Amino acid sequence: MSQTTAFIVDTLVHATPLMITGLAVAIAFRAGIWNIGADGQFIAGATAAAWIGVSAPATIGWLALPLALVAGAIAGGIWAAIAAWLRSRFAVLEVISTIMLNFIATYGASYLVRGPLQEPTHVFPQTSSIVAGAHMPILISDTRLHWGFILGLLLSVLTWYAMKYSATGFRIRASGMNPFAARNAGLINVPRVTSGAFIVSGAIAGIAGGVEVCGVTFALYENISPGYGYTAIAVALLAGLNPLGVIGTGILFGALETAAGTMQRNAGIPATTASVIEAVVILGVIGIAQFRSRCSVSAT
Amino acid sequence: MHDVALELASITKSFGRTTALQSASLSARRGTVHAILGENGAGKTSLMRIAFGMLQPDAGTIRVNGDIKSFASPSAAIANGIAMVHQHFTLVRAMTVTENVALGGRGLLHPRKARSELLALARRTGFAIDPDARVEELPAGAQQRVEILKALSHKPRVLILDEPTAILTPIEAHDLLNRARELVNDGGTAILITHKLRDALKFADDITVLRRGATVWTGRADEATEDALVSAMLGGERAPLESLEGNNSRRKRASVSEVVMALRNVSVRDASGVERLKAASLEVCAGEIVGVAAVEGNGQHELLRVLAGRIGATSGVVTLPPSVGFIPEDRQRDALIQDLSLRDNVALAGAGARRGMMDWVAIGDRTRNLLGAYDVRARDENVHASTLSGGNQQKLVVGREIEWAHVALVAENPSRGLDIHASAAVRARIIEARDSGAAVVIYSSDLDEIVSLADRVVVVYAGKVSECGNDYESIGRAMLGVTPP
Repeated sequence: MSQTTAFIVDTLVHATPLMITGLAVAIAFRAGIWNIGADGQFIAGATAAAWIGVSAPATIGWLALPLALVAGAIAGGIWAAIAAWLRSRFAVLEVISTIMLNFIATYGASYLVRGPLQEPTHVFPQTSSIVAGAHMPILISDTRLHWGFILGLLLSVLTWYAMKYSATGFRIRASGMNPFAARNAGLINVPRVTSGAFIVSGAIAGIAGGVEVCGVTFALYENISPGYGYTAIAVALLAGLNPLGVIGTGILFGALETAAGTMQRNAGIPATTASVIEAVVILGVIGIAQFRSRCSVSAT
Repeated sequence: MHDVALELASITKSFGRTTALQSASLSARRGTVHAILGENGAGKTSLMRIAFGMLQPDAGTIRVNGDIKSFASPSAAIANGIAMVHQHFTLVRAMTVTENVALGGRGLLHPRKARSELLALARRTGFAIDPDARVEELPAGAQQRVEILKALSHKPRVLILDEPTAILTPIEAHDLLNRARELVNDGGTAILITHKLRDALKFADDITVLRRGATVWTGRADEATEDALVSAMLGGERAPLESLEGNNSRRKRASVSEVVMALRNVSVRDASGVERLKAASLEVCAGEIVGVAAVEGNGQHELLRVLAGRIGATSGVVTLPPSVGFIPEDRQRDALIQDLSLRDNVALAGAGARRGMMDWVAIGDRTRNLLGAYDVRARDENVHASTLSGGNQQKLVVGREIEWAHVALVAENPSRGLDIHASAAVRARIIEARDSGAAVVIYSSDLDEIVSLADRVVVVYAGKVSECGNDYESIGRAMLGVTPP
């Protein structure tokens, strides 16, 4: 395998969790929900998927995979639902509650891999490996690239279609852009729609966690997410919250992170350079958007 | 001292390909009230935004007391004694009245000093206000007073008022215009942007008429006639004022039949637990227009929203048809999503109950038909709602709500801030809806509008709804809570 192919494969493997969590963030932001908690939802999803993956009996075979992914979606959804409930019941800002829930998820997973879910030898802070039936099939043989990438593409296209053409997608967009008009002119139950979008967003981030466990790590570790849920915000914003755009920006950020590791190994350039480039890209895009909107100030 | 306080000469301004002002001029004499008349889109607001430093002219000169000035920003204009009260509120809703007024100041904020200065200013000018109230809790009329106090706090020598009476009750509006006169008597100058001919004739000393960005008439108010001003404002497309205002159409009314909307002993509490509507009962039949008159903050806001099914009743029985069209007062916020296309905005009606997929092709066709039928001037159905003028936005909302609901329509200040043509069109549509059998409820802070449109009038006073005769005398009395002998 040539070095270029290896790089492309690594990029797509890195892009997969970024793309799916970016999609999760884009859905929430479209609904006017500032879900900063994709990281926590990712970890919740990864944990649930690992739990199913480890404890599934080998007799169910490949059924373990969809079960693990569904468990990831449910766990991510529940993690978001906590913040959604706090928001609608006590008007707790989701920006704050989701960040808090990120910490709970991170340290909760740490506890689990050192306690109840630790591998039987009790040496490493991780779970045992998931059963073979829960492994994501490999997309290109002899590489690490798995079907999770295709799942990410499908989810993006499906979400794009649903946001554009379904009544529910339209309600989400309307509620996010102007909740007053959504309620008065559209008779839309805005809290219900936005809470629903919040939970779906969490479920998708949870799927990303499940995909990571079933496709890459095959076990739950401490720090399974190197901050995917935070990079996801940049991925979503850079894509203009467009579900199809998330595919491109997810791959771009995947390439940057892959390159960061390679550069550090081969040329001694610190990996943090990639973060600097990511930040410059985001600032550049925001700057261009601002500049454009200033140029098109309309007459009143 | 120069006797022209503010002079704008040959001002030209374009936004992209549209020319907003084409060599417009204005000369406001010291110690006068100067009215700027013109239809919406004539360039009144743009011209005054240039005088206030919010926009920079492409060509032309600004003179203050005879000296040529150029204002890079509103603060430069304020430093030169010019203040402006905007048509749309520019207040920070989460802040208190005092904080909002102090916002334009410089240096450190002394909350207590700012508060006492505001109270003194309010006393001197007679604009009663609670300095500690949050702006978002105030009704529109009170917010307007805050805007004016904010402008006056800079002690301006030229005060620009952009459609200040659009949302006030007749009494409040009268009061405000009289106060503009008092400011003038102290040697100041007031510039009043309006499209109400009668206000201009009654309250102004001088009048300038703009049409399509150019000054087409200027002179003393006492030398002007209503006819001369109307033909200046409308140019060739002259039409008799009476027909434009849609007067006395009630003679053609359809026969009243079954009850469409009904409230029985309905009470509504707001979020803070205050009872806004008290045991209100009202029946609205097919083919009639019920006019609602009230002084700001008496519960008409809640009455209209209960009738439109937009809020629930705390107690009582509400009977409504499956869909009720609603034209809310704040159409920019409550009726339209500015950054969505016209097609998407049309799709908004009924979006809450829609199942399955959106048929965008059919909705696009429907939108195109609506744009034609309701004379909404837009390039096509894909432009954002924010690109439409106020009048066209309202025509779109009216069309959408009538076409969607058919049988019942609730309208709140439907012609607020619209020019003569657009108001006439909106009123004509409401009458048409009534004639084709819809039950219509209309609230207006403009009594003329209620008297000319309504078949029947109810007044809301302190949360109570009562039937009332359809004439100025009885409505005016009932609005103030005076019961007929």
